[in-house]
Amino acid sequence: MSTATPISAPVSKTDLQQIAADVVDRALRAGASEAEAVIREGDEFSTLVRLGQVETLKESGARGIGLRVFLGSSGSYRTANTSTSDFSEAGLAHLISGAIDLAQVTSQDPFAGLPEPGAMDQLTGDLDLYYEDVYGLPTAQRIEHARRAEAAALSADPRLRKSDGGSFDAATGHKVMVNSQGFAGEYRRSYCSISAMPIAETEGGGMQRDYWFSSARTLARLDSPESIGAEAARRTLRRLNARRVPTQQVPIVFAPEIARSIISNIFEAANGDSVYRGASFWAGQLGQQVASPNVTVIDDGTLPGLFGTAPFDGEGLPTRRTVVVQNGVLKNYLLNTYTGRKLNMPSTGNASRGLAGTPGIGAGNLFMEKGSISAEQLLADVKTGFYVTELMGFGVNMVTGDYSRGAAGLWIENGELTFAVEEVTIAGNLKEMLNNVTAIADDLEFRGAVASPTLRIDGMTIAGK
Amino acid sequence: MNFPEHELHFFQKFGLTSRLIERCLGEALSAGGDFADLYFESIASTSISVDESLVKSASQGVSAGCGIRVCSGDRTGYAYTDDLSAEKLLRAARTAALIADGPSKQQMAGFRDAPKSSLYPISAADYDAGVAPKLELVMRADRAARAYDPRIVQVRAGYNDELRHILIAASDGTFAHDTQPLARLNCYVIARDGSKNSRGGSGGGGRVELSFFEGDKSPEHFAREAARQAILQLNAVPAPAGDMEVVLGPGWPGVLLHEAVGHGLEADFNRKKTSAFAGLIGHQVASSKVTVVDNGTMPSRRGSLNVDDEGSPTRETVLIENGILKGYLSDKLSARLMGMPDTGNGRRESYQHIPMPRMTNTYMLSGEDSPEDILRSVKRGLYAVNFGGGQVDITSGKFVFSASEAYLIEDGKITAPVRDATLIGNGPEALKYVSMVGNDLALDEGIGTCGKDGQSVPVGVGMPTIKLDRMTVGGTAR
Repeated sequence: MSTATPISAPVSKTDLQQIAADVVDRALRAGASEAEAVIREGDEFSTLVRLGQVETLKESGARGIGLRVFLGSSGSYRTANTSTSDFSEAGLAHLISGAIDLAQVTSQDPFAGLPEPGAMDQLTGDLDLYYEDVYGLPTAQRIEHARRAEAAALSADPRLRKSDGGSFDAATGHKVMVNSQGFAGEYRRSYCSISAMPIAETEGGGMQRDYWFSSARTLARLDSPESIGAEAARRTLRRLNARRVPTQQVPIVFAPEIARSIISNIFEAANGDSVYRGASFWAGQLGQQVASPNVTVIDDGTLPGLFGTAPFDGEGLPTRRTVVVQNGVLKNYLLNTYTGRKLNMPSTGNASRGLAGTPGIGAGNLFMEKGSISAEQLLADVKTGFYVTELMGFGVNMVTGDYSRGAAGLWIENGELTFAVEEVTIAGNLKEMLNNVTAIADDLEFRGAVASPTLRIDGMTIAGK
Repeated sequence: MNFPEHELHFFQKFGLTSRLIERCLGEALSAGGDFADLYFESIASTSISVDESLVKSASQGVSAGCGIRVCSGDRTGYAYTDDLSAEKLLRAARTAALIADGPSKQQMAGFRDAPKSSLYPISAADYDAGVAPKLELVMRADRAARAYDPRIVQVRAGYNDELRHILIAASDGTFAHDTQPLARLNCYVIARDGSKNSRGGSGGGGRVELSFFEGDKSPEHFAREAARQAILQLNAVPAPAGDMEVVLGPGWPGVLLHEAVGHGLEADFNRKKTSAFAGLIGHQVASSKVTVVDNGTMPSRRGSLNVDDEGSPTRETVLIENGILKGYLSDKLSARLMGMPDTGNGRRESYQHIPMPRMTNTYMLSGEDSPEDILRSVKRGLYAVNFGGGQVDITSGKFVFSASEAYLIEDGKITAPVRDATLIGNGPEALKYVSMVGNDLALDEGIGTCGKDGQSVPVGVGMPTIKLDRMTVGGTAR
């Protein structure tokens, strides 16, 4: 799917890139052996319309600069980092002297340092990430998008009388990165979204809320406010009259928007930072069968237009496609330069970098490959089961794999979705759960940077009445 | 105005003047808004950590900005800037002003001095001090955790602090400023025994000076606690599944209150009638043994504030008294629209965020039972003493919180430790099952961060030992 290939290309310097380059130069003159500066600049607009009236309207922007310095010589660096929102001469001087001072007290670490110079590069070509049109609408029309989404939800059924509103959001981000090894890069990304959050009420007073949304890099690819509102209404209404079910073991079917969280758990298990510490149950498992043979999970930061795409990672390495799990076998961890060195492997171009702190690990577009049956067929094969549409809480232990989360959804009887279920938990162990993926549907869709088709996992315990 | 301008951080450091504040408020109300406020914020933060016994990195950051809000009825316009020049401030004020649509109608009546408490030490020198003493704290935690047991194979310890200056000026005459310290020490460990691995974590702090960590709450205290949990978990058995009697230990398990009732009692949800607690004031929502308060005035606590982020003084608010729902937590907007008192709970993550009703320190008052009697009364159940995070759906009322240290209770005795399990319940019902309340109220160590609508703020929780006759435990064992 990738149309972008890494090639070295000169990038014209903007004002921000010049500021970053100057900060790197000044850090070197102040005593740093290596230095890296990042600048992030962003604008945001958001509006929330509730019961037809504008409730909030927010519009603003901010920027900041972060500096990372290395002292010493290759093989035993000390490192520290600073950040500021103050771009004045005094602010930048403080940024630089602060980083140098701070690095004096940190430890020499043989694994610290910038990536190898030959590894740094960036994707060229149009990655389809930036559209000015997200800010192209006048405020009145933005409000109108939010109003229409909410109105479509509330007009769908008389039981939908309350609302957490409809919203329209737009944002742009600009990221600049320069380091002392000669890397200089920058890119812009845009984002817009519409959502609806209706509340349904029964005559007995029981309330349920749900939501639906559409997000894209350009207004042209947003779903219509009416379709978003209608879907939000459908999802909210089906939760009414929910009840508890008895404690039991049945197949669990994860709806795609919930199955995403299992893919996020896979990201945590493959995260090099956890792997080298032994804090992931996948540490030491490379080449082993860690999931059912039907499971293939891929991270790809190069797919044009998607939410996890960028021309380079948080350390100036080109993004790439990495197969994490192939037919159930663990093939690769997701690594930045530091964790790669700790594990004696090359970085996979998965460094993530905010303004402050050292680079962490971030996924590009992370997804499970789709299966060959429809979601309807997958459900039809389940005699008795639980179709999960919401998970609550943080009950996942990545050291042991123990998994226990609050859940809500619909009960499956003879392959059909029946009554709504709430106030139960689903529990198991991720190591076993991933080996018990018994069916994968063909409904993979990228609604965010992490995506999954509908999944069926057997052997989990529902705790209820 | 009669405040000492020359002493105020934003006047000194950013060249702000009272004349500019008045011009911004005037501009903010120029399109007919009926309330406006300015929130100036400047933060300096330090973070240092030890990992594999190395100080792998250290960070410092500074940020400053101003958020300008205009209210017109129940509509809110908001804009912020990280540039505190007159031009950018006035532009932000004009942007926020557009929420209203009419001629200017407000006259500024001048500012009044607010009475102010001093709940926390402010020795800025501490926060400006070099990182050496902070480094020593994390090194001590690393050594103590490793010394606890040879099966502790990984240790990460971190120290984070920030010093936040805020100044709030509003068209209702509010003029308030505060300097808010916040510090926290954490220790996370991994234990290994053969093929078994486990984790443990501990931490604490508050609005305190560095010397706080030289007392009981030393690096060694947190390190040993993290190591103890990890070693214990090496031999944990599967947690039970289903409804059973549950005893919650004192302190951090108070996160139950935060999720089960606290969020549902935030006034914004009740004004919109989207909370499962809407319309229940005066009704029984818990057993008669339960009294729950939110108290922002406790000295040095992580959730405490001299003034909230709208400049209103914080206070103690009774939420549930002897099982009866008494009140909501409000900010200025909710108080005005609902005709109720402002409880000083208007909070925001930063100058980039619109304030809303939030908790401070939320806890249940002590009862009369001894913790031993409570445990003895349980035939078969779960005793949970440490938790990870929790979450609530305020509309359906369903909440969860995840136990990271819990034990089986069999015939009144604590037996085997169990693996991590999530507990789930229904907010307006769960506390009706509280049948015993201990005499051992404790507050947490100062680690809580609460998220709402994408905004994080530091909070505290607390509780005595309590017994719930029924709660759902999400394990795997029958």
